[in-house]
Order: sequence, then C-alpha cells, then structure tokens
Amino acid sequence: MADELTLEIVTPEQMAFRGVVEEVTIPGTEGEFGVLKGHAPLLSSVDIGELSFIRNHEKTRYAVHTGYAEVSSSKVTVLVESAERSDMIDLERAKRARQRAEERLRLPKADVDIERARLALMRAITRMNVATKG
Amino acid sequence: MAALKDIKRKITAVQKTRQITRAMNMVAASKFKAAQTRMENFRPYAVKFMEVLNSLALRVDAEAHPLLAVREPKRIRILCMTSDRGLCGGFNNNLIKATERFIREKQGQGLEVSLIPIGRKGRDFFRKKATLINARADIFGKFDMNLAVQISGDLIPPFVAEEYDELYLLYNEFINVAVHRPTVVRLFPLPSIGRKEELDPGKRLDYIYEPSADALLAKLLPMYVHILIFRALVETSAGENGARMAAMDNATRNCEDMIQSLTLKYNKVRQSAITAELMDIVGGTEALAKG
Repeated sequence: MADELTLEIVTPEQMAFRGVVEEVTIPGTEGEFGVLKGHAPLLSSVDIGELSFIRNHEKTRYAVHTGYAEVSSSKVTVLVESAERSDMIDLERAKRARQRAEERLRLPKADVDIERARLALMRAITRMNVATKG
Repeated sequence: MAALKDIKRKITAVQKTRQITRAMNMVAASKFKAAQTRMENFRPYAVKFMEVLNSLALRVDAEAHPLLAVREPKRIRILCMTSDRGLCGGFNNNLIKATERFIREKQGQGLEVSLIPIGRKGRDFFRKKATLINARADIFGKFDMNLAVQISGDLIPPFVAEEYDELYLLYNEFINVAVHRPTVVRLFPLPSIGRKEELDPGKRLDYIYEPSADALLAKLLPMYVHILIFRALVETSAGENGARMAAMDNATRNCEDMIQSLTLKYNKVRQSAITAELMDIVGGTEALAKG
C-alpha cells in the first residue's frame, strides 16, 4: 500500500502541477471518478471537464480538456492538451468564446464545423464554471 | 570633393544596416530562447504520451484503426512546413528544395501529389507550381497546441474518408542552433506503434481501461497526430530563429568589415586630397615668389 499519492498534470506547454495530494477527482469520459492512494491501476480518457484535487484540506480546480489519466497506486498522471487553474482563467475570453460558439451553432453555415463549435462551447462553459466556483 | 562625400555617405548607410542586423539578431535570440524553452517543456509530455500509447498498442489489434490503415498509394499529400518570414539564411530554401525533390520522386512513381503548405514562405513559393490545399500562413507569431489540433482537423477526416492514401510531413528537424536538417516523416498511415518495443515486464501494469482499450486507442491516436505536428511546429520556430540569429550575426560582421575597409579608403582619399591641396598652395606661393 502506498503512503501517499502524487499527482502530475502535464500539458504540452508545461508541467501544470506536480505534488503530493490527498484526493483527486478526474472528469473521465465515462463519468467523473475520485482517486485516493492505493487505487487499482486504471487508464481512462479525459474529454472536457473540471479536475480537482485536495491538498492540505484545500481544494484546487482546473479546467482541462482532451487527454487521459493514468492511475497507479501511488501516482496519478493526467496528460491533457490544456489545463488552466481556476484563478488563471480569463473569464472574459471564455464568455466571448461561448458567444461565438453559440452563434455558430444557432446559424449553421456550410463552412462552419458544427462539431468544432460544439466542443468550443463545452470548453468555454467548463472554463466559466470552474472560474466562478473559485 | 565628390568622392569623399560619396564614401562618407556609404559608410553611414552601412552603419545603419549594421544597426538593423544587430537588432534583428537580438530579437531572434530572445525568440529562439522562448522556442527552446517550449521545446524542453514539451518533451516530457511527448515522452509520457508515447509510453502509454505503446503499452496500449500492445494490447489491442492496432491495425483496426482507420488512421493505421495501409492502402495502395495513389493519391498522396505532402505537408511542407516553412517559416513565415525570410532573412534566416538557407532555412526555408533547403526545405523547399527537399520538398521539390520529394514531389518529383513521388510523381515519378506515378502518384498524384497535393501539397499542404504551412508557413508563408512555402506557400508563396509553391503557389503557382503545385496543387495547394489547406494552406496556412502567418501562424508562427503566436501559436499553441490549438493550431496543431486545427491542422490535424484538416488532415484526419479526408484520410479516413479515403480521399488520399498517404501523408508525409516535411520540416526542418532541429538539431542545434546552427544545424537543422530537412526531414521526411510519414504521418498517415501512422507507423506501427509499440510493435517492436520490448516492454519491461515489471513496468507493465494491468490496467483497468475506461472506456475499452480499443476506444481509448481511438481517442489517443488523433492526439498522437497533434503531438507530431506540434513538435514539427515548435522545432520549425526554434530552427527559424536559430538560423536567423546566425544569419544576422554574419551580416553584422560583414557590415563591420565593410565599414573598416570603407573608412580606410576614406582616410586615404582624404589624405591625398590634402596633399594635392598643399601642393597647389606651395606651387602657388613659389610662383608668386618667383614672379
């Protein structure tokens, strides 16, 4: 049994977080799940959602999208294309992105990629949720 | 003293050029540093990803995925990645030449070739010479993973729809500041992954897969494409600025040489002008004394 749980959040731009945590909640494709130390090895894909962890009884939230989480008994590696901590999110930008995506979905044109707009909308909403919950 | 003035003007002009090349060198140096940091930060991401992808590929029948489908090549696409700006030595030229050679070689085999230029220099060069699709330019100023995702968005669906059979990526591989080598990478069908690698049995974990291993692979393969493209983008931007640093350093040095030789010439001309004037005066006085 492992004594502690290390969390690593890796993005293409940087190691977003690395440290010992008490608990992690991961937005898996099949649903959100929590990880404590001593978890069975698991590999899950991650789409769009809020990742949070508890460290020193304090909760930290990240908006993440596209990647996977690799869980072993003492370590969780979350590899995602983007991860933004709640206080780093540009709320105005997310709002604008949401508006843009909603407009595209409302008036679908031939040259607009609906799937892309839908994903952009989901990302924007996730960002806003994570940012406002603090 | 027309000649003297001309030389002076030339010296000033070269001094101004030197100022510009020096400034460009410094700008390129700082951009290069940023690009290098990016490259270093990206490495752990790529390494971790490959570990997982390889171990996953061992467990599933990887042939099944459409991005791995090998077809008899008839129509191929070539993605040629150059920088947006020039003044960086042979950086773009070398790659464009390599691309032309590659296109000729493939056309020689009777294949239909379309070109996807990324970066302004390549697009401008091939504009009238080849069939261009999905061109992108003026992107290197500020880019992130999103750009790689967008580029992949242009590449993946037509391959899956069998609109073309093979895709090659040509870019300048970054070796160090002074050295970058035009490289060809086959993107589609993706080279088989994890096949030959022997995985350390101690490291091999029996994972619970969520969703199934096949579904996971289907999610991870497009990410793999993003990674390959992002790496090429970052290496191109580092290589471009490294090449510009070297080119501008060279240019600054050439300016200095020129200023030196021009100054020497200037002094010589000035001296001979003074001598000539003195001779005139002496001659004049002598003539007066005699008269």
